Amino acid sequence: MSYIDRMENVTVLGAGGKMGSGIVLLTALEMADLALDPAHKDRDFALNAVDVSPKALSGLTKYLRDQVLRAAEKRTVALRGVYAGRADLVENEEIIRQYVEDVVALVRPTTRIEAAYGSTLVFEAINENPDLKVKLLTQIKDHNTKDAWFLTNTSSIPISELDARVGLGGRIIGFHFYNPPAVQKLVELIRAGTTLPELADFAAEYAKKLRKTVVPSNDVAGFIGNGHFMRDALHAVAEVERLGREYGFVDAVYMINRISQDFLIRPMGIFQLVDYVGIDVCRFILGVMNERLPGQGLHSPLVDQMVQRGIVGGQFADGSQKDGFLKYEKGRPAGVFDPAANAYVPLAQVAPRCDERLGPPPASIRPWKGVITRPDKAAFLEGYFRELRGLSTLGAELARTYGKRAKEIGLGLVKDGVARREEDVNTVMLTGFYHAYGPVNGYFD
Amino acid sequence: MKKNRRKVYMAAGYHTTSLGTGRKEFHPKKPRPGLEEYIQEAGRGVLAQIGGGRCVDEGIIGNFMAARFNRQGHLAAFIPSIDPDLRWKPCTRVECACASGGVALTTAMKSVLAGTADVVLTVGVEVQNTVKAIYGADILGGAGWYRGDRKKGHAYFFPSLFSDRAGAYAEKHGRDKTRQAFARWFRNAVENARLSETAQECHNACEDLEALAMTEPNPRSFVDHLNVFDCSKVSDGAAAIAIMSEEGLERCGIPKSEAVEVVGWGQVEADLTVPPSDPTELETTRRAVQKALDAAGIGLDRIGTVECHDCFTISGILSVEAIGLAAKGEGPDYVLAGKTSRQGDVPFNTTGGLIGWGHPTGATGVRQAVTVWQQLTGKAGAAQIKISRKRPYALSVNMGGNDKTVVAIVYKKAGRKLRAKP
Repeated sequence: MSYIDRMENVTVLGAGGKMGSGIVLLTALEMADLALDPAHKDRDFALNAVDVSPKALSGLTKYLRDQVLRAAEKRTVALRGVYAGRADLVENEEIIRQYVEDVVALVRPTTRIEAAYGSTLVFEAINENPDLKVKLLTQIKDHNTKDAWFLTNTSSIPISELDARVGLGGRIIGFHFYNPPAVQKLVELIRAGTTLPELADFAAEYAKKLRKTVVPSNDVAGFIGNGHFMRDALHAVAEVERLGREYGFVDAVYMINRISQDFLIRPMGIFQLVDYVGIDVCRFILGVMNERLPGQGLHSPLVDQMVQRGIVGGQFADGSQKDGFLKYEKGRPAGVFDPAANAYVPLAQVAPRCDERLGPPPASIRPWKGVITRPDKAAFLEGYFRELRGLSTLGAELARTYGKRAKEIGLGLVKDGVARREEDVNTVMLTGFYHAYGPVNGYFD
Repeated sequence: MKKNRRKVYMAAGYHTTSLGTGRKEFHPKKPRPGLEEYIQEAGRGVLAQIGGGRCVDEGIIGNFMAARFNRQGHLAAFIPSIDPDLRWKPCTRVECACASGGVALTTAMKSVLAGTADVVLTVGVEVQNTVKAIYGADILGGAGWYRGDRKKGHAYFFPSLFSDRAGAYAEKHGRDKTRQAFARWFRNAVENARLSETAQECHNACEDLEALAMTEPNPRSFVDHLNVFDCSKVSDGAAAIAIMSEEGLERCGIPKSEAVEVVGWGQVEADLTVPPSDPTELETTRRAVQKALDAAGIGLDRIGTVECHDCFTISGILSVEAIGLAAKGEGPDYVLAGKTSRQGDVPFNTTGGLIGWGHPTGATGVRQAVTVWQQLTGKAGAAQIKISRKRPYALSVNMGGNDKTVVAIVYKKAGRKLRAKP
């Protein structure tokens, strides 16, 4: 079966979710490129967007329209060529509008999983719950008439485990997008030992068409991305527990969040990132990893407690941030959770005393956003971290400890055979987490 | 061209800021002034210098595409909103694509020459940031031939027409030299714009402008032979000036030292349905400038400054040749030798021109006249250049579409006694 045959009938499971909707978008754009080619005019392309929630599906349609419109506005130069044969479409606006219609028409939202029975390709992007994944994939495998191939967006469950439990005989590969899929450049590709070579070739071609940066990860729970992120977050939690004894929980969360963002020049503080991903999602991932990699301490009572309290972060349907470790106003952190009071303490109360304790960051500090676009980024970072190494403030000390731990985690991933090389770890953090520099560096030595 | 039967003057110019990307106060999602505010600001800026609307006989407004950018027609009826004393006076809106401002000037001049008015308030306006650039390209495409050319045209229709000219020029006269001249043109434009508070590029802080402008064109996202620095930006703005007879000057209490005299002008039209016979030449511009110079009875060696229509860097280079300052194929050398810079023989676009100051399309022709008036009467502030006795004249060239409508005007400071050419 050729690439185009494979792409003719695709199902995305969990299509209304954060990852699923992005996968639907990127796949629909790719399918449209194929469908609009006059050579393929007799084919019937379909993208079944399956989700249990009708509300999520209606949100998906709106999201798709907005995003396809933006994509079309950027691609109008090429789209004029695509629609050159349509005499009725003259102005850019007419062509863009038609393209949006054509892409959205490929997508068939449904709550019925039966839609996947006729698909040649099934992309799974449901909750990070191994049993649920196994159940749904098994149901599709049992009824699918097309010998479908399965791509799974799992960020932690070993692919060989899914393959064995569902009985797919190698018709599955890990194709892990980063959040949000339309923005983050990275795809982690994870082959099980059994994965069919032609499926691996297909996945590589598909990733290339989507213009993604591909990093292969070995089939170890958590892979490279969560392998690093989860351990990084657990370091933050441990630091909070340590500092909390002296300064209290609220101050400790604020300080570690600030260190991990400002001092380390990252796009978000670690607790903001955990909230963004979802504390419940992190807990799921930790659960999967801990079960498969016992004895490494991959769990956190604090994370469990937060979820039990019902404080889980993540986003509302409109994309705005829900409260978690931090409280958000207009998408920006505005408070820190105080478990004792079961309430948020405004940032304005916490920040001044904590900032004083941390001391000023290096004078050459620049926000992450300004750093990532600098043509002299490497030289800048070199100078900045040299300055950081020379400071003896609490802030500098915490930042160095954090940076060293991040490097240790990165090297550990290579040593444990998760990543093939240090460079792959750095690429994952640069293109999947949008970091300004990779964790395996000399800045904290 | 017949000699003017009366003397025609311009004075009391005013222009707003050219608002758009590059200005610190510009944010695409924040509310901005609309057509009304721009027309009123520019119009009142003139009236404050000439004794109010009661001194005005007639109003002319130049605008290209408000009907699409702003869903607003009937702009002439905004002129009375500038001042209640303008009600019940004849007002007209004129349109000739990006030459709408220039044609507003000549329309006003004709009323003065015909003797039906002594003071004509002339406004140009365009508010283009209402749509994204990709849709703005559709609207501006209306300056070309829609039925004949739009369907087969590029997404960025006008940039592509001039990109084709740039490609043909580079092919004929050498790519490196041409590319470098484009970069120099951009640098001159921005450096001049930095001297004008109202310029769109006033806040441009790039240290190496020529290096930036040497960015390779990207045909995937834009056009083949131009990058974005080769293009004027999307701008909102207005300009206005009073066009007057001798009697008009007296009525408004404007001394001649505060006015410029129009000593010659040319307005030329080419056929919209016919492509340029030679893409490496601006033939219509050449003809309009020649007419203006003939009418003025002067040679190019008397021109001290030029406001040219550099909607793209290539139009700037081609204008230098069409005006006659450089031979065909030598425009880049002329520019690279520094002759169009503010220290050069003939400073071009002293507040940045279309690329540096901005290009609110329908306002541009009037804005050029305001800049010339400021320079010749010593009102250009930080952007002031020295006008020598040897070269006391100024020239403005306003082009519509792909060199289809062109208005060229030769000015001198009013009342200045000039020695006849030896």
